[in-house]
Amino acid sequence: MTFVAKPRTHHPKLPVNEIGLTRRDYEGSVSTLCAGCGHDSVSAAIVQACAELSLPPHRFAKVSGIGCSSKTPSYFLNHSHGLNSVHGRMPSVITGANLANRDLYCIGVSGDGDSASIGLGQFAHIMRRRINMLYIVDNNGTYGLTKGQFSATNDKGSTSKKGVPNLYEPIDMVSMAMQIGASFVARSFSGDKRQLVPLIKAGLRHKGMAFIDVVSPCVAFNNHQGSTKSYEHVRAHTQNVVDADYIASHEEITADYPPGTTEDVAMPDGSTLRLYKTDDSYDPHDRVGALNYVQRRAEEGETVTGLLYVDPDAADCHEVMDTVLRPLNELEEDALCPGNETLAAINESFR
Amino acid sequence: MTISYNDFVIRFANVNGSGSASANGMFAKALFRMGIPVATRNIFPSNIQGLPTWFEVRVSDQGYLGRREGVDIMVAMNAETLVEDVASVRPGGYLLYDNSKPLAKTLRRDDISEIGMPISTMLLPEYTDPKQRSLFKNITYLGALAGLLNIEFDVITGMVSTQYKGKDALIEPNIRALEIGRKYAQEYLQAPLPIQVKRSNKVGDKIMVDGNMAAGLGSIYGGATVCAWYPITPSTSMAEAFEQHANRLRIDKDSGQKNFAIVQAEDELAAIGMVIGAGWNGARSFTATSGPGVSLMGEFLGLAYFAEIPAVLWDIQRAGPSTGMPTRTQQSDVLSAAYASHGDTKHPVLFPATPKECFDFAADALDLADRLQTPILVLSDLELGMNDNLSDPFVWDDARQYDRGKVLSAKDLDELEVFGRYLDVDGDGIGYRTYPGTHPDKGAFFTRGTSRDEFAAYTESPDAYQRNMERLILKWNTASELVPKAEINTQSNSVGVMFYGTTAIPMPEALDMLAPEGIALDTCRIRAFPFGKEVQSFIDEHDVIFVVEQNRDAQMRSLIINELDTAPSKLVRVTYYAGLSISAEFIAQHISEYYQANKLPRLTEVQQ
Repeated sequence: MTFVAKPRTHHPKLPVNEIGLTRRDYEGSVSTLCAGCGHDSVSAAIVQACAELSLPPHRFAKVSGIGCSSKTPSYFLNHSHGLNSVHGRMPSVITGANLANRDLYCIGVSGDGDSASIGLGQFAHIMRRRINMLYIVDNNGTYGLTKGQFSATNDKGSTSKKGVPNLYEPIDMVSMAMQIGASFVARSFSGDKRQLVPLIKAGLRHKGMAFIDVVSPCVAFNNHQGSTKSYEHVRAHTQNVVDADYIASHEEITADYPPGTTEDVAMPDGSTLRLYKTDDSYDPHDRVGALNYVQRRAEEGETVTGLLYVDPDAADCHEVMDTVLRPLNELEEDALCPGNETLAAINESFR
Repeated sequence: MTISYNDFVIRFANVNGSGSASANGMFAKALFRMGIPVATRNIFPSNIQGLPTWFEVRVSDQGYLGRREGVDIMVAMNAETLVEDVASVRPGGYLLYDNSKPLAKTLRRDDISEIGMPISTMLLPEYTDPKQRSLFKNITYLGALAGLLNIEFDVITGMVSTQYKGKDALIEPNIRALEIGRKYAQEYLQAPLPIQVKRSNKVGDKIMVDGNMAAGLGSIYGGATVCAWYPITPSTSMAEAFEQHANRLRIDKDSGQKNFAIVQAEDELAAIGMVIGAGWNGARSFTATSGPGVSLMGEFLGLAYFAEIPAVLWDIQRAGPSTGMPTRTQQSDVLSAAYASHGDTKHPVLFPATPKECFDFAADALDLADRLQTPILVLSDLELGMNDNLSDPFVWDDARQYDRGKVLSAKDLDELEVFGRYLDVDGDGIGYRTYPGTHPDKGAFFTRGTSRDEFAAYTESPDAYQRNMERLILKWNTASELVPKAEINTQSNSVGVMFYGTTAIPMPEALDMLAPEGIALDTCRIRAFPFGKEVQSFIDEHDVIFVVEQNRDAQMRSLIINELDTAPSKLVRVTYYAGLSISAEFIAQHISEYYQANKLPRLTEVQQ
């Protein structure tokens, strides 16, 4: 991996968003991942989503673990601070970052090796704690950086590049996330920008834990026939249940989706989460029903995508802890230090 | 018969979970309130109910507060440990026991006095509820001790009244139990004994508190806003103390909300990860753990060292290796803390010796972490952390401002031509950092555990890597000037003694024991690593130096040899590591034997 800065100049006619920035202002350095890597599409979708939401590009904390996926925070939002931490531990680091400053947008990017194997414990516990963040797993079912070992999300029977089948059951991250407490759970496909960008936008606007499992094929080690995480297989076996779109409070509500059932969910900040359901019977507010549906379809070899579950009213970790609204990293002596007089009384209690 | 005052060791043998802790604690507190120096030691099992537990109080008007071998008064309330309890009494000592069942003949000793008291039988008519009866057994022997040792009775009854304030129904039966005990002692026993207490003025303005409480409070005063921890003996009570006091002292007046966040993490890895994430984002944060936790946190500590992120880690040491003796004390994490993590990693370590120092170092560590942009490890231990120790009162200078280190604001960034996160602008090895979200287009950087150049860009350039590693050494040298200095006392002796942490507690007594033998030692109490120049000078100025510590492998000695290139033959190891705290007798005996064996000159000989 080498650091390649992108040239700062851009086309003069590039459209600007509400805060006067172009998409280039949301980009990162040039990716060093393999050409065609699904992860780059995810980074591009993050760039697009943030630009379209007109979020200030320096008000993010980007945290990752180790692996191909975890390199990607370098490839978006160059004006933000990033922290490439240790393998599987992005959740704890971003928890600390979020506790320190609740006003920042927190984006955690992880991979299936990072979150489903070495970091499964931290993944589970950050879901429970409902840290206010967007947690994206670039899920390719393989260890790319160490050259193609199976990961724990790889489907049983799916084969390696050399044709050897995986013998073990896969970990389904969306099911875990729903079961353990995430209040926004989605699955998408890196090759489906039309679905992914609105999900990222909605996830960024969601207050609490927004988890998106993005199936993101590895062109080097897991894109062959026999793999269930190849572009071809995913395209042929996904079933979309609920598309989401995020509509800011002042935007006109328009739809460019094919007709179907539409449901508007009021978000706490006055904006609207618009859901387009392709299957009338699917209820994204029914956690148990959603879990059941996802797993039943998985039995049939289908990968359910879209917004699987949302609870827009769930409290985030700061609300549960009842911390002050002001970021903790801005508090100074007057708020933090009780002073010597109080200490004298404390001394007295030890006499 | 001569009467001795304020100079004895009393040990209470109980079954854990029997409610004895509160009665035993009251005993120690009563003496403390009479102005008598006391040191308490809780020797407890890694268990919740049913196993033996001992509580020991050293009473010393001279202020000797280290553990002393041998027991003068044994309060034997645990049938299971009676054999060893009787054996541990010094000749001439006393055995207070419940003679509702007679003492087995085999246990009888001619050289100690038995004080039998039918506690269980006595309480039968007084309390009908068996649970109450069992609880008041403890209060009854406390009452008897008041009579036997001449403890001021109103001091104890006053304590009962304050302890059960608000639960008034408990006050009367407690005082009744105290009176039953005292009355029995006065009417049927030879009270008072020749071992007695009397009011003293040796306590002064001191307080009685445990180190973990002090460290929790110090973290509040030092401005910690994030605490992430995982329960592990003997550190748990530090995080709990922080939370307990923060819930009172850190509440925003207007909103009633908390000016702090505390997370009980899923494990030690997550705990230190949260601390590092918070430190990276500008919040002062800490974790409390013990040796096994430090092992687990190793990888993360390396990240924080190399990526230069502030963090504070308290290691309340216990006896290792592995799970070891989790409820016993040791100083055996010195090396694993100093060099925690793989690669060329090392961390500043502080060694508090008193609760006051726990309080001070808690705040200092937060300043140092921000100033040096690196993890600061504070090594306390079970002896200091979990036992009530006599301590100078805590003091806070209201004019003190937190040292947040080199942090650039948006305004600073606007005025700056070049920002490089790892540029050594000031020549002290410390770069300037920014918090996330500070400025729309300046000062953002990518933090990573991989190698990078001065501008935080990833690089595998051998030159850039080496420049960075050398700058970290420069920063290390800066650290050696900022950490607490060693406490040195020199009288131009040629032989010295070095020690740290709780090994300081018995040291004055050990030196007093050695003085009549003509052994006079200069002392150096190490308070931090990296070692300051004063430590090097102390070593240079002495021919032989005893290094006294509580671990098998003489870890501090190794650290000194490794870091200061000291000739190993100059540093004589004195190590105690059996899990109880080191005693003055042990130290004096080993030093004396070394003098004998090596024919070192004694003060008396030199003077002749």
